[in-house]
Amino acid sequence: MEPLTYPPPIRRLPLEEGEPATEAIPEQHGTFTTAKRSIKAPQFSIRRMEIDEVSVHYGAKEAVKRVSLPVRQGEVLSLIGPSGCGKTTLLRSLNRLTELTTNARLSGRILLDDVDIFQIEPTLLRRRVTMVFQQPNPFPMSVFDNIAYVLREQGSRRARKKTLEPEVLSALDRAGLLEEVKDNLDHPALKLSGGQQQRLCIARALAANPEVLLLDEPCSALDPKSTQVIEDLIVKLRDDVAVVIVTHNLQQAYRIADHVAFMYLGDLVEYASATQLFGSPREKRTQEYVSGAFG
Amino acid sequence: MPTPPITVPPVPPPNQADPPGAHQHKGAVEGSATWSLTDRIGLAICWALGLLFCAIAVAIVLYLLVQGIKFLRPEMLWTPAAAGFEETETGGFSDALFGTMIVALMGIALALPTGIAIAVWLVEYGRPAGLARVTESTIEAIAGIPSIVLALFGTVIFSSTALGFLSRSSEGVVFGRSFFAAGTMLSLVALPLIVASVREGLNSIPRHVREASYAVGKTKAATTRRILLPTCRPQVATGAMLGLGRIIGDTAIIVVLLGATQNFAPVEGVGFPLDYLRGAGTTLTNFVYEASPTGNLNQPQKAYAAAFVLLLMVLALNAAVDVVHRRARKVGTWSH
Amino acid sequence: MNEEHPEEYGPRWSDQRVERMLGALVCGVVALLLALIVTVFIRAWPSFAHNGLAWFGGSGDLEEQLNAISLSAQTGGEFVYTFHAWPLIWSTLLITGGAVLVALFSALFVAVFIVEFAPEWMSNVLQPVIRFLASVPSVIYGLLGVLVLVPFIGNHLVSEEQKSSVAGVISLTGYSLLAAVIVLTLMIAPLMVSIFSDGLRAVKPAWLEGSLALGVNRWRTTWKIGVRSARPAIVAGTVLAVARAIGEAVMLAMISGSVAFAPNPADGLIFIYEPSRPLAPTIVKNIDQLSSPPFNATLFSIAAVLLFSAALFSFAGWTARRAMSKYLAP
Repeated sequence: MEPLTYPPPIRRLPLEEGEPATEAIPEQHGTFTTAKRSIKAPQFSIRRMEIDEVSVHYGAKEAVKRVSLPVRQGEVLSLIGPSGCGKTTLLRSLNRLTELTTNARLSGRILLDDVDIFQIEPTLLRRRVTMVFQQPNPFPMSVFDNIAYVLREQGSRRARKKTLEPEVLSALDRAGLLEEVKDNLDHPALKLSGGQQQRLCIARALAANPEVLLLDEPCSALDPKSTQVIEDLIVKLRDDVAVVIVTHNLQQAYRIADHVAFMYLGDLVEYASATQLFGSPREKRTQEYVSGAFG
Repeated sequence: MPTPPITVPPVPPPNQADPPGAHQHKGAVEGSATWSLTDRIGLAICWALGLLFCAIAVAIVLYLLVQGIKFLRPEMLWTPAAAGFEETETGGFSDALFGTMIVALMGIALALPTGIAIAVWLVEYGRPAGLARVTESTIEAIAGIPSIVLALFGTVIFSSTALGFLSRSSEGVVFGRSFFAAGTMLSLVALPLIVASVREGLNSIPRHVREASYAVGKTKAATTRRILLPTCRPQVATGAMLGLGRIIGDTAIIVVLLGATQNFAPVEGVGFPLDYLRGAGTTLTNFVYEASPTGNLNQPQKAYAAAFVLLLMVLALNAAVDVVHRRARKVGTWSH
Repeated sequence: MNEEHPEEYGPRWSDQRVERMLGALVCGVVALLLALIVTVFIRAWPSFAHNGLAWFGGSGDLEEQLNAISLSAQTGGEFVYTFHAWPLIWSTLLITGGAVLVALFSALFVAVFIVEFAPEWMSNVLQPVIRFLASVPSVIYGLLGVLVLVPFIGNHLVSEEQKSSVAGVISLTGYSLLAAVIVLTLMIAPLMVSIFSDGLRAVKPAWLEGSLALGVNRWRTTWKIGVRSARPAIVAGTVLAVARAIGEAVMLAMISGSVAFAPNPADGLIFIYEPSRPLAPTIVKNIDQLSSPPFNATLFSIAAVLLFSAALFSFAGWTARRAMSKYLAP
């Protein structure tokens, strides 16, 4: 096995070469809410990951049942559904975190740029597909070290602080946190506010230069102001990375998602563009969920 | 502070075995093959050290087993030591065996009620808060004091004329060495373990249990006595056995406070058993120390025999602690 | 409530009464500890007063000084207190330092192994093994050391030329630093392993999962995040082990040698074969002299130094843990 290289090669594909968005998505009021979607529709998107007939079993229980979805750079894909519908499990299978649970079994294929992710070495995969969790989990170190940690552990030689500084600053900048922490990068990360901690976790995930960013209900533990900041951030990021976000907050999905996948009890019930799913969903169950008949 | 033995089951490693069922992906699981060289050397060191510790433990047990079986003759267990030229003529170490049991009983008899009382005070009462903090530090400090220092302190206490009745005196000089002296100082050795264990037990009882008892008009004392302490029986037992283990294994206090004899040396006076308890004697640990080349006797065969018996006692205590833990886990806990 | 029986004022064991009794007991225990500290220092005072700071120095032959002290009590003249304990202190430093370093290194790796990397069958074997090693009485370690390890070192490890090269100063019989460090390491490592493992298991799983999800491999995650977060537990375990090592009297009395000799690193590698005697075993070895006043003061002065060092280390550990918590608690 060849030694790990530092830093990992950048695999971001420029958007101009991608396919045009498959549907013309006019701005319109939906039946879901009277608020206008304020984000611009993506113009181009590129397929990065392909989820193909994936099922996940925890022992005898089937948590995800034969789901197929595309994940595209240039747009935000949101997985919605009531608790226990398998959306978090599906998200975690994208970077093979399900392997950490002992009785989990996965069948089907998941492709990253046409390569089966099970043929890629897990740590390498998890640098290309990074994840932000529901509870902010910054490491018990300084802000600088949290991000430098990701950069340092990529290679076998320990890089010096000066070398890492530009990368760290750029990651903080992309996460929109730079202004707030740049005066004191040695501040303990656990002393930041909840919203700042979550943005730090996003910065950390971005520091690995991923191609796909997975977010597991990132705002559910945060106040509305921080939530808005992070939502704006996510929309800004979609040009560079493919974003998959799990949320049980339907309004949030409406605000920021371009494509939405509704899951119920492990099944993929409907996959459509956001305006269509919230405006005129095809399936009855989607209609019921979106209008609040059950949660 | 000293810790009870490890009871948490080991964390299952992420590399799962290949379970049966539909089309399962194995692919590139994270094995150490992909780590850098230093990481792999580290894992190799882990394995080497783990195996080394296992090997040493096995070697110790086997060696003592072999030597013990070779040299331990059953009559050693009930024959007191005697003078003799050949080692085989010197009898056994029954006095030492009884001495160990006596001193263990005395130590625990003192330490257990005291330890439980202190733990109850710390958890249930604990006012004023300053005194509680001081007490916690005191218990930790006692745990950290070397037993040789405790032994020296014991000589001061028990050599005083006020406590002269607890040991031999001659011509107005109190000898200060006796089972009472040793037993008392040994109880200090066991005390922190008992306090820690009972505290853990009491702390694990959720608040609503106590509130349910207070709500029907019971006092704290009655609640503690009738409900809380009986629930803590496993922790009390564990603490007592851990303390017992430390008492049985201690040598420094015995050497200093029990006298340098091989047999009981009772003090004439009140009669059995106080005569014996006031007198000097020996225990298995002291016997092994004396019988080894460092001591006065130089009887390595009997040293091995006594060491073997001592080890068996300690192992039996360990096994008992394990059994208590396993039974406690089966009983189940409250839903908090 | 009590109209029918006005003479009763509530239950006999009222909470107030019990609290007062228990409180008295607790105060008694605290008072006992204070009495211990005070007594030890008072009894030790004559030795410190006569020697001053030279107590910690190294001039003179320690054996002669000890002889002089015990002689002075017997002859009935002026008591002699001259006692320069440097060889004992140096021996304690070497043996404790050596054992703690080796034990720290091995205990850390073994704890990481048990918690994270060992397959289940291995940790099911290793945990009872560690518990067993922790519960073996020190006198048994001493016995095995003196009957197995010491002859092995004396006859097989130390060569004849090495023995003759220092023959004028000291004889290398196998009672040595090496034997003492090996057995002491074996005694304190299990204690450290159990405290370290508890600390590692208490690390927040969210941090470990977060690190794995960023593509860092398991080994680095365990060390950089797990071990780093468990640093307070590591400090606590080390402090406890140091206190145990300093106070170990019986096993070292059997193994380290009966001469109050200060091993000289300038001798080269041989110095690990040189015998010595640390502080605690000195008390045990000379306990029969306890009744003579000057020796009594000498022995208590050693005890005072032991007590003081144990307290010092506890305090150092507490300070270190406070400093570490800066990054930990929100």
